[in-house]
Amino acid sequence: MTNDLIHATAAELAAKIHSGEVSSVEVTQAHLDRIAETDGKVNAFLHVDTEGALAQARTVDEAVKAGETVGALAGVPLALKDVMTTEGVPTTVGSKILEGWLPPYDATVTRKLKEAGVVILGKTNMDEFAMGSSTENSAYGPTHNPWDLDRIPGGSGGGSSAALAAYQAPLAIGTDTGGSIRQPGAVTGTVGVKPTYGGVSRYGLVAFSSSLDQAGPCARTVLDAALLHEVIAGYDHMDSTSINAPVPPVVAAAREGLSGDLSGLRIGVVTQFQGEGYQPGVLRSFQAAVSQLKELGAEIADVSCPSFDYALPAYYLIAPSECSSNLARFDAMRYGLRVGDDGTRSTEEVMSLTREAGFGPEVKRRIMIGTYALSSGYYDAYYGSAQKVRTLITQDFAKAFENFDVLISPTTPTTAFKIGERANDPIAMYKADLCTIPANLAGTPAMSVPSGLSDEDGLPVGLQIMAPALQDHRMYRVAAAYEAARGAFGGPSL
Amino acid sequence: MTSLVELMDYDEVIEKYDPVLGLEVHVELHTNTKMFCGCANEFGGEPNTHTCPTCLGLPGSLPVVNGKAVESAIRIGLALNCEIAEWCRFARKNYFYPDMPKNFQTSQYDEPIAFNGWLDVTLDDGEVIRVEIERAHMEEDTGKSLHVGGATGRIHGAEHSLLDYNRAGVPLIEIVTKMIPGTKERAPEVARAYVTALRDLLKALDVSDVRMDQGSLRCDANVSLSPKTTGALGTRTETKNVNSLRSVERAVRFEMTRQAAVLESGGEVIQETRHFDESSGSTSSGRKKETAEDYRYFPEPDLVPIAPSREWVEELRGTLPELPWERRARIQKEWNLTDEVLRDLVNANALDLIEATVVAGAKPDEARSWWVSYLAQQANTRGVELTDLPITPAQVARVIELVNTGALTNKLAREAVNGVLEGEGSPDEVVEKRGLKVVSDDSALEKAVDEALAAQPDVAQKIRDGKVQAAGAIVGAVMKATKGQADAARVREIVLARCS
Ligand SMILES: [Zn+2]
Repeated sequence: MTNDLIHATAAELAAKIHSGEVSSVEVTQAHLDRIAETDGKVNAFLHVDTEGALAQARTVDEAVKAGETVGALAGVPLALKDVMTTEGVPTTVGSKILEGWLPPYDATVTRKLKEAGVVILGKTNMDEFAMGSSTENSAYGPTHNPWDLDRIPGGSGGGSSAALAAYQAPLAIGTDTGGSIRQPGAVTGTVGVKPTYGGVSRYGLVAFSSSLDQAGPCARTVLDAALLHEVIAGYDHMDSTSINAPVPPVVAAAREGLSGDLSGLRIGVVTQFQGEGYQPGVLRSFQAAVSQLKELGAEIADVSCPSFDYALPAYYLIAPSECSSNLARFDAMRYGLRVGDDGTRSTEEVMSLTREAGFGPEVKRRIMIGTYALSSGYYDAYYGSAQKVRTLITQDFAKAFENFDVLISPTTPTTAFKIGERANDPIAMYKADLCTIPANLAGTPAMSVPSGLSDEDGLPVGLQIMAPALQDHRMYRVAAAYEAARGAFGGPSL
Repeated sequence: MTSLVELMDYDEVIEKYDPVLGLEVHVELHTNTKMFCGCANEFGGEPNTHTCPTCLGLPGSLPVVNGKAVESAIRIGLALNCEIAEWCRFARKNYFYPDMPKNFQTSQYDEPIAFNGWLDVTLDDGEVIRVEIERAHMEEDTGKSLHVGGATGRIHGAEHSLLDYNRAGVPLIEIVTKMIPGTKERAPEVARAYVTALRDLLKALDVSDVRMDQGSLRCDANVSLSPKTTGALGTRTETKNVNSLRSVERAVRFEMTRQAAVLESGGEVIQETRHFDESSGSTSSGRKKETAEDYRYFPEPDLVPIAPSREWVEELRGTLPELPWERRARIQKEWNLTDEVLRDLVNANALDLIEATVVAGAKPDEARSWWVSYLAQQANTRGVELTDLPITPAQVARVIELVNTGALTNKLAREAVNGVLEGEGSPDEVVEKRGLKVVSDDSALEKAVDEALAAQPDVAQKIRDGKVQAAGAIVGAVMKATKGQADAARVREIVLARCS
């Protein structure tokens, strides 16, 4: 029974809970048990909110018993990335500098989840301040990939994806600044979606890079991701950059896709994201996916987006620049860590000592890069040029979408690498986000859907599907059709 | 610790140098809510009670622009004859300071909402100087630090500091002039006159409390000296903490004499921020403005650009009230005042009061006469500003009305005003309570006149002999006997009639 509950999809669990076949408390308890049993090995969670989760589950059960209409995902458990504020529940963003902080307010995403009756199991591990592609930069130890515990689960949202792959939760929330939802999805064999920038409110999302950060749904199936997408998306007056437009009909699109017909759909294969530096098994898995999409009726052709070659360097100027400013507030004055306040030191010394002790090496590296890039005399050459590249990338997307409904590529050039393998080589680490970054720079939606396992190492591979802004439903339709055609590819044995 | 500062004689400064002014005024808007959140924008209040995640800069919080503040910024820009940007953005000004919750200030950098304007400023002698406005931009205020245990109240030497974020995020408009050259010996006066004119303008626009003492209007004065011999631009200092109009003038004057002395002794003026001290009237070195200070401005990614439509701008132009200089011109014409009289009224802060008294029904010359003579004396005696006297223009108008209807004599009217000033109530209440009444009953007056004539038979005889001017003594006696409540003209008529 427990096994059935943890392996079920969110849609199946919701149906069972709402029909009274099983209670949300039972479902929640099954997942809490699974976390207790496996998280010593995986380290997906930084904080498990047992009482909060069970209380929410009971509320949903009572509503169901009373015959009330409940939300589509009411009673279904979820793992929340520790970057979202949760009132009264620790929020560390994977950093020592926020250890012990209890936010006085809920992020809009948190609030929407609670209002929809979703059961928040706890907060998941991440690279510190979402800076990283492996979750090794967490101040609380790395998360391990359930497919191979010696390997990384991707990052920064490795905790959320690992929790899905380890059957600790059927749903999770991630945030994607340069691929932090999609790349972990790819290397853990789960679905991860970065919606259109502004589609999901950033209020309460502890900022890394404001113009790139976007929260999105993570799940084991495309339909589950779509159901979650509709819970968290929508205009929010608390976020000026949130889009005041109807939420794209992603659930309907996912259901439509399940019919398996993609006749007439035009798909562009981005030529920049293949070839050298790509693991052969990843490319073979991608080619197999292309063939399957053709069989579903799609028209497929190559498309070149030349400025995508400059996406990575542009990203590594824009994101650090914004982060150098966003992270300035962590100064020991109002919350979080305070070091050296022994009555002999000046404010500046306490600020400095706290930031020295509280931030990890990657965060410091990016603050320094960003501070440099914004300095007078360097601004135009670095931040200014990067913004121009950003415009070019947006134009490349626009041109490509004149001829294609969606674009595809591998999500990440390799399967999960070994923990520690790239720890001392930041450039190699940054390359994990090569294919995912353009969509962040352009603000367009993109998702990763598993394309099975690499034939050489048996590890999951991700297919990235990209769509024009506010056309999130297009990629859901393609992903759902592909997912059905692809069939099951097994799961990790843990 | 403080060394005595050498100062040059002011006339000598002017002989050798041309002062160049630049003025930056920060004005706190009195919108209901803060610039980027829904917290109340109120002066005072228990520390840290008007705060929320956004104005405390908590992780995850985001700003949302207060539309009312943008509206005020545009109206200020229009009143200052500025161009209004068709598209502009906020920018982050990055620096660390404990009273700034995010360690950056959300401000505007190279894309201000208003730019290229001017303000005509009238000096004390009536000369008008046009001050060019560089820009007016929107930003947020910081919190307040209270440094405890130090001698100076400043952070240096303090034992600990307390932080109050009630003010953090209050909407500010920063109005920056272009360099103001050519003011010569009148530089200090020009500085004061500019801030005064700006204050009156902002008041007329009803966008701010413009209270310098409460910090809702703050002025930073940039001063540099250009040697007449070379005409080269000098290094400027920026004097902060200038909390009154008078201080603006004193601070500029002090900096001129200090900088001249520094230059004269072969030294160099250091580019720095200086603090003005009210009590000593001097400035002292504050934060060094090193050229290395780099705010790393970049466009605020949490806010979308502001693009005020031309229709909206024109609609706002239509909401501009009568501006102070327009009003003065109108009043001068309507009341038929000379330039000198108008200027005296303006300088005495009497114009608003007189106009309000006129609006309440008095004639302009009657209203003017009350405010600039008797009431001005009373203010002077009490050591308060005319505007702070506890009497309203409407009450003054009522007193004037009572005189005009014959219910009060001028003397009684002054007593009625005294009563109002003493807090005894409205003019009518004072008249009632103090029993102030013109004695208009002829039989009572005749009796009093007869008594007075009987008491002074020699005077009575003189009047009967045709020496009419002697009647004054009898009138005076009657007025005294009736405690001033009689109409002196009527008394005189009766005296003459009795003696004919
Ligand atoms: Zn607030």
